[in-house]
Amino acid sequence: MPDMWTSNLLLHELSALVAGLFLLTAFGLIATRQVLACLRTFVLQSLFLALSAFVLGYLNASASLLAVGAITVVVKIVLIPWLLLKTLGDELRARREISQVLNIPTSLLIALAIVVFSYFVSVRILAVAPKGASAMNLPIGMAGLLLGAYAMTVRREAVPQIIAILSMENGAFFAGIAIAPHLPLIAELSGAFDVLIITRVMGVLVMKVHERVGTTAVGDLVTLREE
Amino acid sequence: MGNKILLNVIQVIVVMAFSPLVKGVLNRLKERIQSKRGPSIFQPYYDIWKLFHKDEIVSDYSSWIFRVTPYVVFVTPIFVALLIPVLTSYPLFFAFMADMLGGGFILALGGFFATLAAIDTANPYGPMGASRTRMVGFLAEPVFMIVFFTVSFVAGSTIPYIVQKHWVTPIANFFEPAHVLVMIAFVMLIIAETGSIPVDSPSGHFELAMVDESKGLEYSGRGAALVKWGGCMKVFVLFCIFLNVLVSPWGLAQGDHIGEVLLAVPLILLKMFIFILILVIIESSLAKLRLFRIPEFLGAAFVAAVAAVMTRLLEF
Repeated sequence: MPDMWTSNLLLHELSALVAGLFLLTAFGLIATRQVLACLRTFVLQSLFLALSAFVLGYLNASASLLAVGAITVVVKIVLIPWLLLKTLGDELRARREISQVLNIPTSLLIALAIVVFSYFVSVRILAVAPKGASAMNLPIGMAGLLLGAYAMTVRREAVPQIIAILSMENGAFFAGIAIAPHLPLIAELSGAFDVLIITRVMGVLVMKVHERVGTTAVGDLVTLREE
Repeated sequence: MGNKILLNVIQVIVVMAFSPLVKGVLNRLKERIQSKRGPSIFQPYYDIWKLFHKDEIVSDYSSWIFRVTPYVVFVTPIFVALLIPVLTSYPLFFAFMADMLGGGFILALGGFFATLAAIDTANPYGPMGASRTRMVGFLAEPVFMIVFFTVSFVAGSTIPYIVQKHWVTPIANFFEPAHVLVMIAFVMLIIAETGSIPVDSPSGHFELAMVDESKGLEYSGRGAALVKWGGCMKVFVLFCIFLNVLVSPWGLAQGDHIGEVLLAVPLILLKMFIFILILVIIESSLAKLRLFRIPEFLGAAFVAAVAAVMTRLLEF
């Protein structure tokens, strides 16, 4: 059926496109200077994750992937930003630059190297994985994971670090749904709610630290260390 | 073959005739969006006409470079117009003279001479703007290269006429991640190269803040007209490369009948109008970047272009 085939090809390209945009938002998380922009980029990234889940769910005729997409929309696009804004509103809305270890152009170049690295890492895994959409999504999910870890290292403040760790989770999810489309729903559900609770706990923790110390710049927290 | 040469000449005439109009529409829309009336869309034509009828003054202390530059700036976009698809979707007579990189080099030649001429007169503002333009230029260069490499890599050719067909056969290719990322990178390049708002403010007449404008400060009369017209044509050619080679070949003439080719002219202008609308919205919703933030802007374009290559590599 040629018609069926072309529509599937279109969907494959769409899935690849979503993966490309996902990668772009992972770069965006490293390149943004303000906390609120960081959060917006994260929301955008989660949106692409959900879109990818919908497209892959349709391609693989897997209801659990569609559910994963819906959970992602509810948890990562609505609940997590709302929670962060509620607990850390002032920190998020502060219109100042995030202090960083490296400047942004250098960071971006290192991020590019990380993507190349994740490509070489995942080529080995791809050799045994099933062919299809995963050929593209696995390395990009891996890159999202590593870029999130990198963003966490480079930022000197707690709130961007929370967002970075959430984006690491996004990357892991992105790779996960590509290679295991028929994962039991219960695993996805528990994953999603874990993330929600982690966000809550980290938010409260950061709020308390901010109350006690007056800053969440991680570099300054060294002085709290006991000798 | 004679027909193809004729069509090629028509292509160049279209570029020469309509480029000031594109500039005029762009300026007008920009003013409209700020709720001002704005100049007539034919204002660039009036300006060029007026400048051609004025006396030209050349400093005694300038060399031949200053006198030659307006002609170089005027001629280089015409050469590029011979190489790229402006009206037709099939290669014309000169299409195989150079590929996209060749076209890029020819455009860069014009910029190079404009910089030399700005330094030549020893006017303090000229070299300042020229060195800033060079800074933007050398940061934009790697992005240009990567975009061209990606496009050639994806389409398997460096000739623009062959590249453009790849994106729509089959239509799914249009949504290829490499394609979309390359488009994003190229829009950022166009903004940087045409001196639009996040990088440069073209309507600002404060010499200390000028980037692109200050190169032509010393010119008067015919020289100024040629520099201005050449600048318009460069913008037109870049828009053509973006719209016809990178975005879509829709609206281009398929057959070699002259009526069909002329019918493509309004279609191209329509496409350009839509693109200008998008560009004006981008320009009006952003603030001008500080000079030292420009590397970040172009760094982001570079990352988008490299991500395009990378997604292409991943997608075997």
